[in-house]
Amino acid sequence: MAEEVKLMKGNEAIAHAAIRYGVDGYFGYPITPQSEIMETLMDEKPWETTGMVVLQAESEVAAINMVYGGAACGKRVMTSSSSPGISLKLEGISYMAGAELPGLIINVMRGGPGLGTIQPSQADYFQTVKGGGHGDYRLITLAPASVQEMADHVALGFDLSFKYNNPAMILADGVIGQMMEKVILPEQKTRRTEEEIRKAQPWAALGKSADRERNVVTSLELDSAAMEQNNLRFQKKYKTIEENEVLYEELLCDDADYLIVAFGSASRISQKAIQMARNEGIKVGLFRPITLWPYPAKALNAYKEKVKGILTVELNAGQMIEDVKLAVECKTQVEHYGRLGGIVPTPQDVLSALKEKLIK
Amino acid sequence: MDTLEIIKPENKVYGKPRLMNDNPMHYCPGCSHGVVHKLIAEVVDDMGMAEKTIGIAPVGCAVFAYNYIDIDWIEAAHGRAPAVATAAKRLNPDKMVFSYQGDGDLAAIGTAETIHACNRGENIVIVFINNAIYGMTGGQMAPTTLLGMKTSTCPYGRNEHLNGYPLKISDLLVQLEGTCLVTRETVHTAAAIKKAKKMLRKGFENSMNGKGTSVIEFVSTCASGWKMTPDQSNKWMMENMVPMYPLGILKDK
Amino acid sequence: MQHEIIIAGFGGQGVLSMGKILAYSGLMEGKEVSWYPSYGPEQRGGTANVTVILSDERISSPVLNEFDIAIVLNQPSLEKFEKTVKTGGILIYDGYGITQKPTRKDIRIFEIDAMNTATKEGNAKAFNMIVLGGMLKTTPMVKRESVMAGLKKSLPERHHKLLPMNEKAIMRGMELIQEVK
Repeated sequence: MAEEVKLMKGNEAIAHAAIRYGVDGYFGYPITPQSEIMETLMDEKPWETTGMVVLQAESEVAAINMVYGGAACGKRVMTSSSSPGISLKLEGISYMAGAELPGLIINVMRGGPGLGTIQPSQADYFQTVKGGGHGDYRLITLAPASVQEMADHVALGFDLSFKYNNPAMILADGVIGQMMEKVILPEQKTRRTEEEIRKAQPWAALGKSADRERNVVTSLELDSAAMEQNNLRFQKKYKTIEENEVLYEELLCDDADYLIVAFGSASRISQKAIQMARNEGIKVGLFRPITLWPYPAKALNAYKEKVKGILTVELNAGQMIEDVKLAVECKTQVEHYGRLGGIVPTPQDVLSALKEKLIK
Repeated sequence: MDTLEIIKPENKVYGKPRLMNDNPMHYCPGCSHGVVHKLIAEVVDDMGMAEKTIGIAPVGCAVFAYNYIDIDWIEAAHGRAPAVATAAKRLNPDKMVFSYQGDGDLAAIGTAETIHACNRGENIVIVFINNAIYGMTGGQMAPTTLLGMKTSTCPYGRNEHLNGYPLKISDLLVQLEGTCLVTRETVHTAAAIKKAKKMLRKGFENSMNGKGTSVIEFVSTCASGWKMTPDQSNKWMMENMVPMYPLGILKDK
Repeated sequence: MQHEIIIAGFGGQGVLSMGKILAYSGLMEGKEVSWYPSYGPEQRGGTANVTVILSDERISSPVLNEFDIAIVLNQPSLEKFEKTVKTGGILIYDGYGITQKPTRKDIRIFEIDAMNTATKEGNAKAFNMIVLGGMLKTTPMVKRESVMAGLKKSLPERHHKLLPMNEKAIMRGMELIQEVK
């Protein structure tokens, strides 16, 4: 049977994909521009079909700690929010990283700082990939650029997160969350049984069976020597992730004199700018990181002597540009173009910036 | 009865609960935590629920509760135990889930989580240790610290103009439709312990019968924080704490 | 072939749902589609707009700076979007509430008396379908059957009884629209 093509918002795609992936629980708190995720879940009533729990928490803080609690039981649990709400969740995310718990967090970014605006932004790049919460931890970060990827990254995020016992984030923005596009949803999977979870996640706090020691899920270790060992173990894991899980997309890069590096909605806008540039005879390619951590630094490094210049296009004041500069070891000119506070640049804006900053 | 006869197994009248392990406790002499731990271990075992119980540990002195009772545990962030317990129970309705929290954890930083878990009527037990002080961090003022009581952050005594009033959080929780049992107990005498155990058992049974949230408050001592001997703290507790936090069942529906 | 359309007006005029029905119609014909709305408080009384793209190829940017067609349903939208119509493109407006008419000479301009007609004919709810019909008359980018199929797809089943009324409105719009020369 041919799969049905549906038309829906990025936020709605996440909700449907979560039900179909067999997610055990969603815990959220309303905030624009991502409220459709919980609204869609509540409308679908998955507790009557797959048995998925959906709960509106009293705050983002409570929601992430519900995710922590569910994850500690070995369950597939998730939450979603937008920038100010994600700031509140960072404590919980750090605890999840420290306790080595898997789980999926979705950030449909809006303009900040503070209460900021509700319009699209990518200004939480630093917050997401450089830490955010306390301690030396890393957050697996996926940057969808289409409604289809919003759906696909739910499975990808959970898979990576459970493979490495580490939280993962889908870092989207208001454009990708609010726009409607065609999407093919994944097949419906059944939720895992307790037996399957006990086997796959032997550390889960699901009740101490007679055949094992008690399980304690915690990030606490007052003995500094032991805590250092924990940290070294985390670092080793992060290195493995960096070596194995990098994802990116290259478009028209083979003959490119210039490169635009952009993720999420900025990469979509840049694609159109690249078409316009090529119509004028300027050879530009698009390098789109799909994982923001681990960052595709190695792949980008290959361009350091191949292109005359790189423009990062970001809906922020210049955050990812730091990783691009590190990746190409500053061996080629790297410039940034971005709009702030919820303003989304147009393809023409990007083309003009490209000419002004790199070609002159 | 001579000594040899007394130690015969068939003459045993009291033993360490099966679920209490041999880890040396970090609690100070005279502290109420040890007794409450023991009661939980007994009730869980009496109910035959050892393999189906998940405890949620707080931040505070009881942060290491997971070291002593031989069940599965989740260590929560400060104040968030009721949220963690909410998910653990909702995702595993056949499990018996309880949070174990101190006054700072439950009635200060975690007030929102406490009230909303109770208001949703989560089928969990909240064990609440109220000793009117932050023990773990060295004796600072708690939301339940009594007026005039001296702590390291109210060294001249709690002053209502500066610090507000002692928070009777259990009385607040009584008002919420979601709570089915709210009671205040102590564990300073054998009789009190016996009664407290009965209430704990009732709370745990409520959680498995889907009756809603049970809050078992223990008005407790903190000999170290109060800078008293264990015996003095028990007396001080009865003379000063209990008038502010009267004992007995506040709600049972 | 790619059609890039902006629809703009007051919140509550059915701007976003008109775009949605257009996107669904494209979907029915197997086209690539994108629908990107302004969102938030703008929906409630302020101006709302939506960018709809119908294409035979993969769509790059859902955000655009110029359009083949601009449908403007109030004065602020006209002022904002008249200048974004590509040379040779189309501007459609409803005269209701328009105090200063469009002035560009390098585009085709159409007027549709949808608001008055909808009110007069007791069909205010189908106002946006009248406008959509008018647009399809100027640029038949999707078949009327596809619009009806799209409408059926995007409406909850309990509203399917409204389908004939909507189809009538689309046809009414096709009659009403007039090029301004």
